[in-house]
Amino acid sequence: MNGGDDAATSGPPPSLEWRFSQVFGERTAGEEVQEVDIISAIEFDKSGDHLATGDRGGRVVLFERTDTKDHGGSRKDLEQTDYPVRHPEFRYKTEFQSHEPEFDYLKSLEIEEKINKIRWCQPANGALFLLSTNDKTIKYWKVQEKKIKKISEMNIDPSESSNIPPQLVTNGLPADKGHDYLSKDFSFPPGGIPSLRLPVVVTSQETNLVARCRRVYAHAHDYHINSISNSSDGETFISADDLRVNLWNLEISNQSFNIVDVKPTNMEDLTEVITSAEFHPIHCNMLAYSSSKGSIRLIDMRQSALCDSHTKLFEEPEAPGSRSFFTEIIASISDIKFSKDGRYILSRDYMTLKLWDINMDSGPVASYQVHEHLRPRLCDLYENDSIFDKFECCLSGDGLRVATGSYSNLFRVFGASQGSTEAATLEASKNPMRRQIQTPARPSRSIGSMTRVVRRGSESPGTEANGNAYDFTTKLLHMAWHPTENSIACAAANSLYMYYA
Amino acid sequence: MAMVDEPLYPIAVLIDELKNDDIQLRLNSIRRLSTIARALGEERTRKELIPFLSENSDDDDEVLLAMAEELGVFIPFVGGIEFAHVLLPPLESLCTVEETCVREKAVESLCKIGSQMKENDLVESFVPLVKRLAGGEWFAARVSACGIFHVAYQGCTDVLKTELRATYSQLCKDDMPMVRRAAASNLGKFATTVESTFLIAEIMTMFDDLTKDDQDSVRLLAVEGCAALGKLLEPQDCVARILPVIVNFSQDKSWRVRYMVANQLYELCEAVGPDCTRTDLVPAYVRLLRDNEAEVRIAAAGKVTKFCRLLNPELAIQHILPCVKELSSDSSQHVRSALASVIMGMAPILGKDSTIEHLLPIFLSLLKDEFPDVRLNIISKLDQVNQVIGIDLLSQSLLPAIVELAEDRHWRVRLAIIEYVPLLASQLGIGFFDDKLGALCMQWLQDKVYSIREAAANNLKRLAEEFGPEWAMQHLVPQVLDMVNNPHYLHRMMVLRAISLMAPVMGSEITCSKFLPVVVEASKDRVPNIKFNVAKLLQSLIPIVDQSVVDKTIRQCLVDLSEDPDVDVRYFANQALNSIDGSTAAQS
Repeated sequence: MNGGDDAATSGPPPSLEWRFSQVFGERTAGEEVQEVDIISAIEFDKSGDHLATGDRGGRVVLFERTDTKDHGGSRKDLEQTDYPVRHPEFRYKTEFQSHEPEFDYLKSLEIEEKINKIRWCQPANGALFLLSTNDKTIKYWKVQEKKIKKISEMNIDPSESSNIPPQLVTNGLPADKGHDYLSKDFSFPPGGIPSLRLPVVVTSQETNLVARCRRVYAHAHDYHINSISNSSDGETFISADDLRVNLWNLEISNQSFNIVDVKPTNMEDLTEVITSAEFHPIHCNMLAYSSSKGSIRLIDMRQSALCDSHTKLFEEPEAPGSRSFFTEIIASISDIKFSKDGRYILSRDYMTLKLWDINMDSGPVASYQVHEHLRPRLCDLYENDSIFDKFECCLSGDGLRVATGSYSNLFRVFGASQGSTEAATLEASKNPMRRQIQTPARPSRSIGSMTRVVRRGSESPGTEANGNAYDFTTKLLHMAWHPTENSIACAAANSLYMYYA
Repeated sequence: MAMVDEPLYPIAVLIDELKNDDIQLRLNSIRRLSTIARALGEERTRKELIPFLSENSDDDDEVLLAMAEELGVFIPFVGGIEFAHVLLPPLESLCTVEETCVREKAVESLCKIGSQMKENDLVESFVPLVKRLAGGEWFAARVSACGIFHVAYQGCTDVLKTELRATYSQLCKDDMPMVRRAAASNLGKFATTVESTFLIAEIMTMFDDLTKDDQDSVRLLAVEGCAALGKLLEPQDCVARILPVIVNFSQDKSWRVRYMVANQLYELCEAVGPDCTRTDLVPAYVRLLRDNEAEVRIAAAGKVTKFCRLLNPELAIQHILPCVKELSSDSSQHVRSALASVIMGMAPILGKDSTIEHLLPIFLSLLKDEFPDVRLNIISKLDQVNQVIGIDLLSQSLLPAIVELAEDRHWRVRLAIIEYVPLLASQLGIGFFDDKLGALCMQWLQDKVYSIREAAANNLKRLAEEFGPEWAMQHLVPQVLDMVNNPHYLHRMMVLRAISLMAPVMGSEITCSKFLPVVVEASKDRVPNIKFNVAKLLQSLIPIVDQSVVDKTIRQCLVDLSEDPDVDVRYFANQALNSIDGSTAAQS
């Protein structure tokens, strides 16, 4: 894996040079973005061979990787020795309408079709499976290639069926006259009736991709669902809304178990809501959820059926004297992700990215300033509601880097390994380095000292220098890192940009 | 296009509809696969129908499920046991679909077929199938494989047996937790077919691996294996190999595993025998009864009676009873409810004196529980205590409990208690019933909720059955008939409903003398709804009363109703009149 092994021996890996790879749904100049086309969820599958996006119009679009051929592992290794490794490239595979706008008549509420989250499930029999959710309804989808089949020969020519006595035509009702005739005591000749034949089905080489909704899970959330996440046991998943986390079995759509409930008896006492939840990637009994107060709770489902008390709490103590009106708002965590090995949790709040070691609950092992330069403008951001934007974050498969989005279609990538000073700002466009001004982040003083805590990236590169004020309407909220390679997919409005390094 | 003779038309349609676009029609055809097979004959069934089905395993789940089921009983249609192997390919492909219920049905059918196959056929076609599934690329195939090993193993040669055991052990270590779960839940079944020498050497090793699995979901299925394996092992091996596992599991970190142990412990006791039960499992059970997690206590409390049945009364009193006392005031209502549903069964085990001394206070406190389910559960099992200590000791507490439930604000609670009234009446006796419960039964007839009124009417019928018509004549009928003057039409309607239910029990004489005049009177009600219910009721009375009464009273009443201004009344009156004519025609 790109330089991952070297890192262990020779300090931090070198900074990556990000290059544009692909764009899907690029906007032409002056083209107006349709609200329904705006991407609202991105997710790579476990193998990295597929990518799914969901949009506000309730559609799910699937992409598949084109640069890997399914040869045996050894052959692939052989090829790699001859040719340099190519970066992942994707092509459009298929799309389907996952959710439609609904109306909840009991509560007089409209349910938007917008896809909030997509999660891939275990593939089976060559078919892909995924979960998608809007605010209320989780659905389980199967996407499969099907060969087109045609029926070419039958016993009865459908065109002639008009001559047939009508009482014989239907077979739909079990008790009709046609079937009385076929009752058990009717004796067929021992060799069968030669004139009867089975329909002949011709399978053509053409295939088409069919997405079928396998299950629609019952409404079990009073508030909007903000996360879904599969367990490593392969049979369960969780869904989280503002106040509760529910546990489901993939195969059972009509019941779920409430495992976390933070709803106070009196809603006036409510001070904290759940903002995001994720299962541990390896241990099926552990999951983490983040809160609007900036804390992350790790719970162990083995301890109790109702996990209202956490096993571990990760919180950064508030710096004294720095409290302001905005302190609580910007502390709210918008997204958490486990690293692939489950050792670390990455969290994103409005101003920073934080990396937590699950074995250390006293504070994050690293914080990266993403929006420090916006601090003087918090008042404006509050006025135009931007302060409530929920940016997602992601970790690279090797855990060496982290990334998150920002305004003006910018996103930032930081080196997460010890001693790394890597901090890049890129723009979701065909020229990602356009905005980048090489101001290497100042190495933290504390490298090599007792604590690993680093604060980097506070120098906001470029924007003000360029004279461009940040554009708060173009925000890059959703992004995902390829599970095995240095490739990032990010959503700028309706366009999906892919970069590699 | 083929021309089909008219008599063959239905079967031709049936066959064509195997490929209809409408799933309901396809389902229908699949359900009648045996008919199709008989029409085609055995040979063409083998050569055409079965391959046809094998190629069509991408249908909707409902169709596949039906196909999997039909194929399980298809041996006669392919020409008997020697051709059973032709059924394997379609079932094999059904074993690989991702829908669990289809797979399970296919596995079930494969087991049915495999268990009938001759040994050499088994070796030639069934065993290779097992191996293919076990080595399948997708987990679905491997999951299915776990469920058919026990069928394949029996008729095998020693070499193949060794291979199958090795393959199973691989499945126990599969990467996919789903496969390991399937291996864990089928291990007991497989073990029953394995020779005892390999049981200790190989099966127990697989079992040990599964009991140490990282995934809770696998470990908790291994719990079930404990009982199954325990029964197969020699007692001393069981104590050496299974007992420590059970004791460990009962202290597992995961409450779900402990929950499984709580559910299964009494079966495990049988496996390890009475001595170890006393020394090792009683302490384990006591721990579970006092578990931190309410779910575990619920499971443990629900097994208290079954467990005590395995012990002698002294042990039960010494070890279990203190826990039961604690549980009767547990903080979780579900624990108390689970306890209440079984605790009455402890009375016969402990005997009269101990029941009065130890259990009675618990019964009484549960009867006063704030949670209605707890009280209901006690009341529903009253008969078990009645046999041991008689009802008198309880009756004083019983009545307030019943009255309170009868007036509970949740109609489902009221409904539940009504359903126990006949049981209570039979246990408490006529005297008690007359004094205390009679009034309640009448009160329910006027409940605000229809389901309660309906249940109350049904209850009257059951009481009349229990105590006989004479008693009912005295204690039920007058009160019911009084209600016919109730100002509320829904309550007047209930009288009709009660009459229709009670009339068959009370017999012809009472029906004619008591019920019929009231019904005829009701036919002049001002509410059409009452009137057409009278018509329906009269129709139901026809078979009960004499023909002369029908002719004299009922017919006249119906004729009057058939001229009613309301269309519905006329409709039901005419229906009833028709049925009178119908029945007289049949008699003559």
